[in-house]
Amino acid sequence: MTYTSDKPALPESADQLRARIPGWGADLDPKDRPSVPKLQWQEDRTGAHWDFPDRQPEKWPRERSIEHKFLTPVFGTSCPPKGASGMIRRLAYRKFSEGRAAHWLLLLAADRVDAWESHLSSFLTARPDNPVTETGVLSEFSRHGISSRVGQKRSDVKHQVLDPVIVAGPWVLAVAVAVTAVRKLLRRS
Amino acid sequence: MRAMVYRGPYKVRVEEKAPPVVEHPNDAIVRVTMAAICGSDLHLYHGMMPDTRVGMTFGHEFIGVVEEVGPAVRNLVPGDRVMMPFNIFCGTCWFCARGLYANCHNVNPNATAVGGIYGYSHTCGGYDGGQAEYVRVPFADVGPTVIPEWMDDEDAVLLTDALATGYFGAQLGDIVEGDVVVVFGAGPVGLFAAKSAWLMGAGRVVVVDHLEYRLAKARTFAHAETVNFTECDDIVVHMKKITDHLGADVAIDAVGAEADGNFTQHVTAAKLKLQGGSPVALNWAIDSVRKGGTISVMGAYGPMFSAVKFGDAMNKGLTLRMNQCHVKRQWPRLFEHIRNGYLKPSDIVTHRIPLEHIAEGYHMFSAKLDGCIKPLIVPNAV
Ligand SMILES: NC(=O)c1ccc[n+]([C@@H]2O[C@H](COP(=O)([O-])OP(=O)(O)OC[C@H]3O[C@@H](n4cnc5c(N)ncnc54)[C@H](O)[C@@H]3O)[C@@H](O)[C@H]2O)c1
Ligand SMILES: [Zn+2]
Ligand SMILES: [Zn+2]
Repeated sequence: MTYTSDKPALPESADQLRARIPGWGADLDPKDRPSVPKLQWQEDRTGAHWDFPDRQPEKWPRERSIEHKFLTPVFGTSCPPKGASGMIRRLAYRKFSEGRAAHWLLLLAADRVDAWESHLSSFLTARPDNPVTETGVLSEFSRHGISSRVGQKRSDVKHQVLDPVIVAGPWVLAVAVAVTAVRKLLRRS
Repeated sequence: MRAMVYRGPYKVRVEEKAPPVVEHPNDAIVRVTMAAICGSDLHLYHGMMPDTRVGMTFGHEFIGVVEEVGPAVRNLVPGDRVMMPFNIFCGTCWFCARGLYANCHNVNPNATAVGGIYGYSHTCGGYDGGQAEYVRVPFADVGPTVIPEWMDDEDAVLLTDALATGYFGAQLGDIVEGDVVVVFGAGPVGLFAAKSAWLMGAGRVVVVDHLEYRLAKARTFAHAETVNFTECDDIVVHMKKITDHLGADVAIDAVGAEADGNFTQHVTAAKLKLQGGSPVALNWAIDSVRKGGTISVMGAYGPMFSAVKFGDAMNKGLTLRMNQCHVKRQWPRLFEHIRNGYLKPSDIVTHRIPLEHIAEGYHMFSAKLDGCIKPLIVPNAV
């Protein structure tokens, strides 16, 4: 009982658990647990044969956290910054440490700008963005969208209705703005 | 090559992309034979992770065959069948030297607070990931391991993240024999954490979620008791009641940034991005565990602040332990457990999807349709 010093009784003994669950207690001894203790000197350096790695060539000014002393020797080269989103990203890295909310808020803002820049420029390519295929929403039909949700006690269904608004909302808005603008132009001419 | 590409929140497609090249003498290029979608990918997919760029290829759980190696690579040759930890790490920085591979300081210029991860935004280093035909694998002498002959591909791919993470999560709980362990989240990470808790001698394992089909899996696959939180008036009181009002000894958060169960928390985090993550499960963990207990956080949260009930954690004298998993450090022991038949990771795989259908795969996994627990991605599927 909790209000005394006794530990509440368990429904099953160690022997019962060992019989019911394959491997029960195999790692009872903390010495058998690979992440105990947290810090463990790795004598084999996990296969590395350097003290400090060779440096990967920097092909464009690579943005980096100002909390780093220098550009790390190895880094990813996916999607170099470009356009307005690229300018915001560079600013976020140059000006603000990871300790500052401004750093992350600017990066999040840049992500939204990037999405719009990319959607708009995709219309100038042979493969414009297609919200139907890219959201995979057709799997609602092939993957039982209704029966997966109805009659289940799922707590995510009530905010899932927001998803189409988040995805399609800005498009609807953009089209509405464009239509109004065209109408105004036509009226003027 | 064909590769999954991010097109903005909730939108992905397959594109023809230039194949990766060796950019550093210790790089390898790997032809991907199998990949997976992880719960973490959903945080990117929903636009929650700062600096997720349109055009990036996601995927940090994958296996493949070495196609090409850089001039300094000694431990791999083309043709090797390899598995890659989701961490990219150098092996020799202060952190790697002490086994903290997930916290490597030499692979992520964009942030010092997180290490390098394949296909996981620029905040994690700006590397393209493995949901593609080919991928660049930095530090080929350090990360990848040749897949043992006897191991199935599907077990190998789950060892690169989900299984290792669940196992690591149970270790951070500091479980002693007879502990009552509650696991929030019955996704791949939670299922593996629950299963691993038994290996460490737990006396009771309780899994909490709201998806009935996943709780059913927790009962069969992880031999656990289950609680559907939508059936409880108050999950915290429920946890107290079933533990004779002591509270659980250990709680594991295997939910992370998009936790449900509190509309305001979820919407402010996952939809409006006003906080780093929705800490519903973390707060439940803090309040359900006994005083002096331990919380292991495997769920991922964004770098911004989140509304965590820190005062309760302080007043209760809790130990909070957490990290990204140091995947490769878990492997030797996990290989043994699989060989001994204690763990069969591929039992949780529900879907095998051709790369070309990636958009449907993301939607299904994100909206939790069709009983989906773990979807695998197969490039070049016929
Ligand atoms: N630390 C690491 O190294 C590491 C590695 C892999 C994944 N992760 C993180 O672990 C988390 C889980 O990953 P996954 O692949 O299992 O994802 P998943 O999305 O499949 O699983 C999450 C589960 O949590 C459930 N859930 C939602 N709100 C809940 C609540 N309040 N209480 C209990 N359950 C709730 C969901 O219904 C779902 O079943 C993610 O945040 C992911 O980013 C961390
Ligand atoms: Zn993951
Ligand atoms: Zn390192």
